[in-house]
Amino acid sequence: MREIDVAEITEAVRQMSQTANFDLGKDVIRAFEWGLETEESATGKAIFKALIENAMIARDEKVPMCQDTGFSVVFVDMGQDVHLVGGSLEAAINEGVRRGYEEGFLRKSICDPFTRANTKDNTPAVVITQIVDGDRVKLIMAPKGGGSENMARVTMLTPSGGKKAVMDFIVQRCQEAGSNPCPPVIVGAAVGGTPEKAAILAKRALLRQIGSQNPDPELAEMEAELMTRINNLGMGPQGLGGRNYALAVHLDKHPCHIATLPLAVQICCHASRHKETIL
Amino acid sequence: MSQIIKLATPLTEEAVSLLKSGDQVSISGVLYTARDAAHKRLVDLLDQGKPLPFDISGAVIYYVGPSPAKPGRVVGSAGPTTSYRMDAYSELLMEVGMKGMIGKGKRAPDVVDAMVKHKAVYFAAIGGAAALIARSIKSVEIVAYEDLGPEAVRRMVVEDFQAVVINDVHGADLYQMGQEKYRIA
Ligand code: SF4
Repeated sequence: MREIDVAEITEAVRQMSQTANFDLGKDVIRAFEWGLETEESATGKAIFKALIENAMIARDEKVPMCQDTGFSVVFVDMGQDVHLVGGSLEAAINEGVRRGYEEGFLRKSICDPFTRANTKDNTPAVVITQIVDGDRVKLIMAPKGGGSENMARVTMLTPSGGKKAVMDFIVQRCQEAGSNPCPPVIVGAAVGGTPEKAAILAKRALLRQIGSQNPDPELAEMEAELMTRINNLGMGPQGLGGRNYALAVHLDKHPCHIATLPLAVQICCHASRHKETIL
Repeated sequence: MSQIIKLATPLTEEAVSLLKSGDQVSISGVLYTARDAAHKRLVDLLDQGKPLPFDISGAVIYYVGPSPAKPGRVVGSAGPTTSYRMDAYSELLMEVGMKGMIGKGKRAPDVVDAMVKHKAVYFAAIGGAAALIARSIKSVEIVAYEDLGPEAVRRMVVEDFQAVVINDVHGADLYQMGQEKYRIA
């Protein structure tokens, strides 16, 4: 049994709260460059240029790329041979968020659902834990903005609808989302499982590297078709018209009950922030 | 891209009436910031017949909740938030003289109609380009509702703030026009 002090988790979360918000992933920047090259609309091209410039300013000046520095969603893949010492996992993560958001001059956006009173330190984080083999802990910090989060949907389709119903729903969701989630976007969707399982898998699908191949050939084919269908809607960057609304579509699937066909769609804006630490 | 139209605030009815959906504009002057929580309070004041905490005539309201300013800076990152959450309140503010709104995303049909009726326009800034947009903000002071934190009403002095006209006083909608142009059936 390997022992890890939760103080290490606090420190990793503190750092990643900031680096995720300041330093956009290289895969996203490459996707902007691809977007700039292939975009047909002049306004769309100007938007891609602005997004590249924005990412550079954020990285160089250590300021958040977007004012909405998000809900702190933390994925924890806990090796089953790890024993955490020194405190509780959730408290350690929240302490990391608290420090990271305060020190990094990040916006605190978490509030009570009814009174809307702000918790003032961006806690609590949403912690999604899974127990995996091994003696390591993988932490992924994925701050998620409210504008794109509001576009997420979970639905229970009729099994007879099959692939067509799944694809139609995803395309329609993007069409309805339009300019709200700050396109260009990444679309994450998961079919199967239970409604809550699908929602988590779809969220996690957003984290896959842009441009990476889905290992499941059937899903890879669906991703390519969805990309074409979504971008053929013509919504383009910021929904102002153009070729590139989606930078990527990432699908996942899970076995489901014989009576169900759950589908979750999560949309991530171009501020696609996530950092990873392995302890 | 078309030429950039320079606008100064407060906006006059004449200046607003000349704008067309798709026009690129560069705004200099004062913007007032407000998100949904502040809008609710502003509209409550109007309902009670009380004065607003700033001069609304010709005003441009920017839907933004900036991130905190680092030491030595006037503002943190400051891009637009999604506008439909303000739809329920916008007509009342247009009635008392608001001339411009800056946000991102589509407005409800009744808000678009109200813009025609009251001669006001809706601009979009690039959602998420918040570090870049912050460069055009020269000073910021809180004018009301400090308890709302990022949602407080702020008076922002801006120079060459870049935006595009989405809805003009004729009822046109750039989202619709732009998307139709690039749609592949
Ligand atoms: S949707 Fe994303 S880019 Fe747009 S304002 Fe929210 S966090 Fe920022």
